[in-house]
Amino acid sequence: MWFLPTFGLFVTSFRPAKDILETGWWNILPHKDWETTEQIQLPKDTNLREPITVGDQTFTTKELTQGITVDGKRYIWENNMARLINVQEKRWTTNINFTLDNYKAVFGGKEYNIKQPDGTTIKVKGSNMTRSFLNTLASAVPSTIFPVLIATLAAYGFAWMKFPGKKLMFLIIILLLVVPVQVVMSPVLKGFTFLGLNGTFLGIWIAHTAFGLPLPTYYMYNYISQLPREIFESASIDGAKKSTIFMRMVLPMSVPALASIAIYQFLWVWNDYLVSLCFLGGRDEVKVLSMDIANLVGTRGNDWYLLSSAAFISMIVPLTVFFSLQKYFVRGLVGGAVKG
Amino acid sequence: MKTVNQKKSSANLVLLSSIILVMDVGLLWAIIKFLCNLKVHSVLYAIIGVLLVVLSVGFIFCSINWVVEQYPDKYKNLIQPFLYIGIAVLLLTMMLLLPAIETLYYSFFNASSSKFVGFSNYLAIFSDSQLIIALRNSALWVLFAATSCVALGLVIATLADRCSYEKLVKTIIFMPTAISYVAAGVIWKFVYFYQPGDQQIGLLNAIVVKFGGEPQAWTTMLPFWNNFFLMLIFVWMQTGYSMVLLSAAVKNIPSEIMEAARVDGAGEIRIFFDIIIPYIAKDIITVTTTIVVFCLKVFDIIQVMTGGQYGTDVVATNFYRQIFMQQNAGYGNTIAIVLLIIVTPVIFINLKNFRKQQGGALL
Repeated sequence: MWFLPTFGLFVTSFRPAKDILETGWWNILPHKDWETTEQIQLPKDTNLREPITVGDQTFTTKELTQGITVDGKRYIWENNMARLINVQEKRWTTNINFTLDNYKAVFGGKEYNIKQPDGTTIKVKGSNMTRSFLNTLASAVPSTIFPVLIATLAAYGFAWMKFPGKKLMFLIIILLLVVPVQVVMSPVLKGFTFLGLNGTFLGIWIAHTAFGLPLPTYYMYNYISQLPREIFESASIDGAKKSTIFMRMVLPMSVPALASIAIYQFLWVWNDYLVSLCFLGGRDEVKVLSMDIANLVGTRGNDWYLLSSAAFISMIVPLTVFFSLQKYFVRGLVGGAVKG
Repeated sequence: MKTVNQKKSSANLVLLSSIILVMDVGLLWAIIKFLCNLKVHSVLYAIIGVLLVVLSVGFIFCSINWVVEQYPDKYKNLIQPFLYIGIAVLLLTMMLLLPAIETLYYSFFNASSSKFVGFSNYLAIFSDSQLIIALRNSALWVLFAATSCVALGLVIATLADRCSYEKLVKTIIFMPTAISYVAAGVIWKFVYFYQPGDQQIGLLNAIVVKFGGEPQAWTTMLPFWNNFFLMLIFVWMQTGYSMVLLSAAVKNIPSEIMEAARVDGAGEIRIFFDIIIPYIAKDIITVTTTIVVFCLKVFDIIQVMTGGQYGTDVVATNFYRQIFMQQNAGYGNTIAIVLLIIVTPVIFINLKNFRKQQGGALL
């Protein structure tokens, strides 16, 4: 139940476009299917309007068009103009036709040929996902680095410094954890348009950094505030500046927590659709993967050879991160339990 | 003589601070303008952008820090903390706090934000049949999707704890949390896929046909019930999340308690309801609130699967249409505020939890 839907789409992404629409993906497994064992050529002058005699049986044209089963044998027209009949029997078969064409089609930006279900070939313009893939990286990597660094600085400030208004400010940060992005979307959009940030990567970085900031701040605060007090005391007695303590001690000691929250933030941004949709838009130079796929679903909703491979391209990075860094990812997730 | 010197040096410091401040603001402005107008390939842009931003913000931080270090201790200790929290506080204020207040303000204005209309946007909500459907659906989502995520997560966490191939089961169930809602939408669109005739390539319809049923267009042509097929996608994605969190909690239950209950002859079901659930009640609440907020914000699944049509609209998709398609700012802002009001209880639960957790450390 959990694995099957993903697996199905995965298999589909490697099947030729023609096969996808004709048979379900599970047909790659051995199954019983009709297979033509012999062909019967009727006389060319057979009248199709009258009952047709095949061997010792008699059928109507309609029956032969749909296929009629007698004694485990199925009779069906191969070509009624040529008066050719297929006699089929159920045999164990598999339908293993795999191809990389689908991936070529979505990755490439140029025109490519694709076989239609009726056997003809048409030229289609590629969706140039290579560009979207790189765009997504260009959007996600900085949007991970910035908030995590800024949050760590702030967390250090909140955890180990005294200043007026500290309590109130931290309360507001916790409050902002669950504020839906929608609430701020339209004013921020107005501001971005005014500054010319709309549709630029700088804009999406700022948006993701600010929207994502409360969680890493909260998470890093929890971690940094639990570092042993003695370290900070002895360091400041030795005359170390605050900035030295931060660079030499806080940062190196926070690496595990930094890794966890960075992975969490990275996947969040990578998978994001709404924020990119609003602040980045769909221009070719900036569109991200989720945007591309959503557009494909809208415009080519039945072209499963495109959709399946496109979806898998977008899943490669998250799944790699998931399987290789599962431990850190789980930690980040547990820390994010207060976020909405 | 000494005081004159001191005065002179403090005047110098003020001058120095002002120069550095002006320089830093200028630098920041120049970088923003430069990056706004930079037209290069996205990867190059990202590399240049990260380098520029990190270097310039680092420079700004160091320069201000350097000046502040020269101040007398009294001022230094007062100003320095703001240097550390400054960037975060500034960003959050500009991007979240002030805009939220602006949204609240404009929710009392008309569609083009030019005329004050009082509460009429809020009143209009109750007569807008589309939005009432959206609110009903959001309520359904919270009621069914969130509850099944938590319940299923809890059951799997408990069962997996006794299972010999626990890790494999958990990994498989957990995997969907890593992928995007959009990709999950595509995966399930394929499961639900419908085409006329007997030859079905969608898994669900193929199963239905196999057992002699009629194939259906699950997400479009089944009014009301289609919502549940959309929720199933969410449950599929988020059960792993609740499972992981609750599984950590289940493992924390001291084994002596469980042993004692077993010795006393309690059955597994009794243990589940009378020991496990009460013991991890706090974790269940945390997970539930988080998933409820996820549910209320769900946008991608619905946008990709149905676009909010066929009676599957929720508050988040309705908001998007009001702001971006119908250009109705006043009404859209009102919906956003309604969303905020709905999540307010969760904010309070978070604050309360935090107070308890931290004890006297900060608050």
